[in-house]
Amino acid sequence: MFKRSKQAAACSLALFAAGVAQAGAGSAAPALNAEVIHWWTSGGESAAVKQLAGAYRAAGGNWIDTAIAGGDQARAVTLNRMVGGKAPAAAQFNISKQFIDVVEQDMLTPLDDIAKQQNWDQTLPEPIVKAIKYEGHYYALPLDIHMQTWIWYSKAAFKKAGIAKEPATMDELFAALDKLKAAGLIPLAHGGQAWQENVLFAGILANVGGKQLYLQVMRDRDQKAINSDAMRKVLLAYKRMQSYVDANAPGRNWNDATALLVSGKAGVQIMGDWAKGEFTAARQLPGQDYGCIAGLGPDVPYLIQGDAFVFPKSERADVQQAQKLMAKTLVTPATQISFNKLKGSLPPRIDTDTSSLDACSQAGAAIMRGKTRLAGAPEVYLTPDQNGALQDALTSYWNTTMPVEKAQKALAAALRN
Amino acid sequence: MRQRGVMPYFALLPMLATVCVAYLGAFAWTFYVSLTASRSIASNKFIGMAQYERLFNNERWMLSLNNLAIYGVLFILACMVIGFLLAACIDRQVTGEGALRTVFLYPYAMSFVATGLVWQWILTPGGIPGFEFDWLVDQDKVIYTVVLASVWQASGFVMALMLAGLRGIDPEIWKAARLDGIPVWRVYLSVVLPMLGPTLATVIILLATMVVKLYDAVVSMTQGGPGTASEVPAKFIMDHLFLRANIGLASAGAVVLLLTVLALLAPYAYARSRRRATA
Repeated sequence: MFKRSKQAAACSLALFAAGVAQAGAGSAAPALNAEVIHWWTSGGESAAVKQLAGAYRAAGGNWIDTAIAGGDQARAVTLNRMVGGKAPAAAQFNISKQFIDVVEQDMLTPLDDIAKQQNWDQTLPEPIVKAIKYEGHYYALPLDIHMQTWIWYSKAAFKKAGIAKEPATMDELFAALDKLKAAGLIPLAHGGQAWQENVLFAGILANVGGKQLYLQVMRDRDQKAINSDAMRKVLLAYKRMQSYVDANAPGRNWNDATALLVSGKAGVQIMGDWAKGEFTAARQLPGQDYGCIAGLGPDVPYLIQGDAFVFPKSERADVQQAQKLMAKTLVTPATQISFNKLKGSLPPRIDTDTSSLDACSQAGAAIMRGKTRLAGAPEVYLTPDQNGALQDALTSYWNTTMPVEKAQKALAAALRN
Repeated sequence: MRQRGVMPYFALLPMLATVCVAYLGAFAWTFYVSLTASRSIASNKFIGMAQYERLFNNERWMLSLNNLAIYGVLFILACMVIGFLLAACIDRQVTGEGALRTVFLYPYAMSFVATGLVWQWILTPGGIPGFEFDWLVDQDKVIYTVVLASVWQASGFVMALMLAGLRGIDPEIWKAARLDGIPVWRVYLSVVLPMLGPTLATVIILLATMVVKLYDAVVSMTQGGPGTASEVPAKFIMDHLFLRANIGLASAGAVVLLLTVLALLAPYAYARSRRRATA
């Protein structure tokens, strides 16, 4: 009995050795396993991420997909696994301060080689560079860029309300909303969830306050700017938007709000470029069935944000190799275009050829190339904690009869620390 | 004789270890983290009571505590009253008792994430044609819709416990009461209810734990909205733990919540120990 188990042990040892030898041989030949954690789980998103996986597989790697529904959930899993020493080869984060803590703990692989080779200092938009570069080193590989505050409108609803011309200023937008209201339509399709109220506020701050005030408030968290008269005007305009919302807005999902535009029941929605997917799914075309406005005026800041992969540090040579290979594959223009086309976003490099994208995306790409209007979305500048406090203050102001003075104070307090 | 005295304690050791490590250990760790400047990863940067200071200056936290108090009182009262009435009715030897019991207990068997969504559909204005009820989107009334849904969920459970208690009451008491010509409601109120004391205490403790951990109902029905009108402490803690990457503040919230529960339970534990001492 004893002898037999000894034999078995010897046998398994031999097998193990053979396995190691094979793995050793395998690293020369392509068999690089890379586990990737991401939260792209909706229809369009999973189609998009398949493009990334396909590109990595074509380059000889083995993409192990760990999709986790919900960004918070996915990020929590990534962080827990990194702290627990079982990090994936790559993980998705937003281009924001979400991963600053792990950068400070020195848990991410710097991407300086690829950044230099791709000349990221010049080819990536400046707010993106600032978000992913920490003390001179790049720590994230940007995959897409989303613009958060597009003004979408339904051409059918505009026609019904007798609005002939696309609004070009904030006053014209208010006039259009009034006309929609008079025509018995829902002027502003809004989903009453705190994050959507944040998006709407960023849009109003950008359009009413302009780029300088926007940056003073969100980037510098300048108390004087937050308490200024200009800011008071922004807050009043924001609150005015609430009078154009229907009673059933609280709790509504963003895509249900977009559906109101698709069916022509509502006129306007301020939402990120992901809303386009809803129009496309309903076979509507930009310029024909719906319109998209990046900003009311030629200087309105274009608020960008996006998704990126980070590569947790690993001692294992095969993981390091896999990470290198993945980074190299994912920055190629062909991969980035095929990925972003399905996702409705723009490739992060401003020198990518975007002529195969739709009209709204091309308008956005032109603004990106122009550079002067670019600014980061709030979460690019704020920590998740600050952004959350801002969200609490804004959603209270939006939903209650809080006077504007108090809202201004609440905002200042939220952004103080 | 001496050996027998030791054995039970020995058998309790695994449980004791669980309590020390899992409960007390986790509490000590949470308390420690609440004194640090931890963000998404626990750090050792000690900042004293600053997280608590921030917590009690936070309007949303204070509103959450307020909501929890309203919810707790209404939820426990409504569950007790409805649960007792249902149990008393079934106890009167109605036909189809088994079927009724199952029907009333059914809601408790379902996940609140699922039933919460159904309640959200029902209560959304315009969700059911010809039925206008807009509390779900009303700042001042939304918390009552959460009470309504959770009372629906839990009162069958209370009924089951109360029914077990009622079945334990000696039928001779009923006969005696009938002979004396005492009305039924009076027997329930003055005789049966006091005899149910231990059952009532159990029910209250169980309901109170449900109140403290209230989270799924709010998330599935209102997500804390409109605005912050239906926020509760457990949601505040979860939001800061993950979404907002501030485990220091989240831990401070958890500690405050635990201390509140202890403060509420202390009188009960004290009363029980006194009763045991006098008995």
